[in-house]
Amino acid sequence: MSNETKQILTTDGIPLEISLKKAERKNKIKAFLLVAPLLLFLIITYIFPIGEMFTRSIDDKMITNMLPKTFKSMETWDGKELPSEEVFASFLSDFKILVDKKEHGKLAQRLNKEKNGFNTITKKLFRQVKRDKIDETQSIKEQIMKVHKRWRNVEYWQAIKRTAPPYTSAKYLKAMDMYLNEDNKITQVSEDRRIHRILWLRTVEVAFFVTVFCFLMGYPIAHLLATLPMKYSNLLMICVLLPFWTSLLVRTASWMILLQQQGVVNDFFVIIGLVSDDNRPEMMYNKVGTYVAMTQILLPFMVLPLYSVMKTISPSLMRAGKSLGGTPFIAFWKVYFPLTIPGIGAGCLLVFILAIGYYITPALVGGASGTLISNQIAYHMKTTLDWSFASAMGLMLLGGVLVIYWLYNKLVGVDNIKLG
Amino acid sequence: MALPKYTETRYRIWHYFYITICTFVFIFLIAPLFVIFPLSFNAEEFLVFSEGMKNLDPDAFSLRWYKDMVYGTKNPWGLAAKNSFIIAIFATLGSVILGTVAALGLSSRHMPFKGIIMATLISPMIVPLIISGVAIFFFMAKAGLAATHTGIVLAHIILGTPFVVITVTATLSGFDHSVTRAAASLGSNPVNTFMKVTLPLILPGVISGGLFAFVTSFDEVVVVLFLAGLENTTIPVQMWTGLREQLSPTILAVATCLIVLSTLILISAELLRRRSERLRGINR
Repeated sequence: MSNETKQILTTDGIPLEISLKKAERKNKIKAFLLVAPLLLFLIITYIFPIGEMFTRSIDDKMITNMLPKTFKSMETWDGKELPSEEVFASFLSDFKILVDKKEHGKLAQRLNKEKNGFNTITKKLFRQVKRDKIDETQSIKEQIMKVHKRWRNVEYWQAIKRTAPPYTSAKYLKAMDMYLNEDNKITQVSEDRRIHRILWLRTVEVAFFVTVFCFLMGYPIAHLLATLPMKYSNLLMICVLLPFWTSLLVRTASWMILLQQQGVVNDFFVIIGLVSDDNRPEMMYNKVGTYVAMTQILLPFMVLPLYSVMKTISPSLMRAGKSLGGTPFIAFWKVYFPLTIPGIGAGCLLVFILAIGYYITPALVGGASGTLISNQIAYHMKTTLDWSFASAMGLMLLGGVLVIYWLYNKLVGVDNIKLG
Repeated sequence: MALPKYTETRYRIWHYFYITICTFVFIFLIAPLFVIFPLSFNAEEFLVFSEGMKNLDPDAFSLRWYKDMVYGTKNPWGLAAKNSFIIAIFATLGSVILGTVAALGLSSRHMPFKGIIMATLISPMIVPLIISGVAIFFFMAKAGLAATHTGIVLAHIILGTPFVVITVTATLSGFDHSVTRAAASLGSNPVNTFMKVTLPLILPGVISGGLFAFVTSFDEVVVVLFLAGLENTTIPVQMWTGLREQLSPTILAVATCLIVLSTLILISAELLRRRSERLRGINR
């Protein structure tokens, strides 16, 4: 068909279609080249490391690399009775290499995490190996079993076998207060040790209520700002923008001063007779402090998107609603409120996502009962140095945020986010 | 917000109730900042209003904490302030350059995979800071940049670019692309066109993005806490340590200075916003 109709040619004799495509591609490449530096920079310094967090969080290669022969010979072992002579022999040869490299301590430590009691028996075996007490012409199995009675216990060998896979979900389970037991079943840790689940719940709870408080406080003032004449609203806008631009630590510090036991808020309560002077309530280092401070700090993030949406709603709509017989309340509820939903969505999303990852304020005013999951992540990054566990928790948090973001995008659309 | 004369009583009551609520919220927002001012001039070491201050006794006020901030022995604030400014300035420059160039590409209608690329570029803003901190720390540790200024500057460029990208793409959305074509048809090369035509027009957006990036860097503490050594301490890190150990009035003096700084930034941001609104108004 197209061969019959005469092709339109450009002046240099190339068909127009091809020439256009070429120009289009050139433009595409040009646009992409402009974005490329930042994109590359972010992928290398940011996106990749987040991926690395994932590999780190499931990585369990340490023992896999330490006992290669043992795991090879264990492949045929059914795991019910004591393993064969061959397994013992390869374990000994792996162990000797580790002793040469002085890495047997690390092995003991890691195995001890899997099952208590490995530290002692590895040390005993180490002494035997060091003194060359083990005669390789005799049965190695018999000799190792004589070192300590636990080496005769099949449970310890099962524990070694469990560490064989190079990847583990243990860190993720640990973050949910669960672990894999001897039979490879997911089990809950005993009740008094379930700390992480409480933290997750508290994080969601705090983020949710802070969002609700911010909405309840932000909606009226955004409405006021949007309806007042410019000269007043500009002045009041400073009340929103000054905290917004002020350092987070400054605002947290001011809440620490206000909320302390001898602080201004308590003074005020005493003056108006709400509490007696010698019975001042503790408002800091608990959840109250976290709630109050976080609400004030995140409030501007609720007000600004709400304001920018409300500003575009014409006041004549409300008047029309009223003139058609609605009371002011009905006019508000049926006309004004639905129009502000994009702003509500953007504000709530912003506040919730910021609140769920909050770290500084809870750490300073939260005390023990007000800390959130981020504080736990930081604790494992800086204090226990269990980076893989911190990565696992971080990624779970990130997963949660992405789900919320995706939901929001489905419901409202991300394009509605505005800054200031 | 004067009410019309015919307003019924119940709506009148509701209106005053609403105004009262708004007043309380505004006080809640702004009052905490003002507590810091008087206490930073406290002559005593405690962080409560002393009797003298309540009676406005001039002896109860002093500048001793400001002196301590500037001249105090083994005081970290000088170094911290120097570091903070150096890091923030370089991070802002980096974010503005990378972000503006990327925004130019992004707002071209030829840009392929716009959605996913935009999502990647602004992801540092969406991902909770603590996770960004962990990820960036892993990278910097591997690259040997932990506990260096360069490392912190790079980290802050990561965190600052989304703001520049967003503000500049927003400015460019109202940008009339025929002016660049006009420039090209008059024989100007692309770089010249950008410097002489595009940049002056989008400058308000670029600067306000830069302000965001500056404040982000200047105020950032989570990532710096992971990255910084003793040599790279910044004002927020120093405040964080101070607040954790003991609330000293010197911190309040520093906080007061920071509030003054943020007021200045607020004023310039507002002026810019108005200017850019005016410009956009003309374009339409």
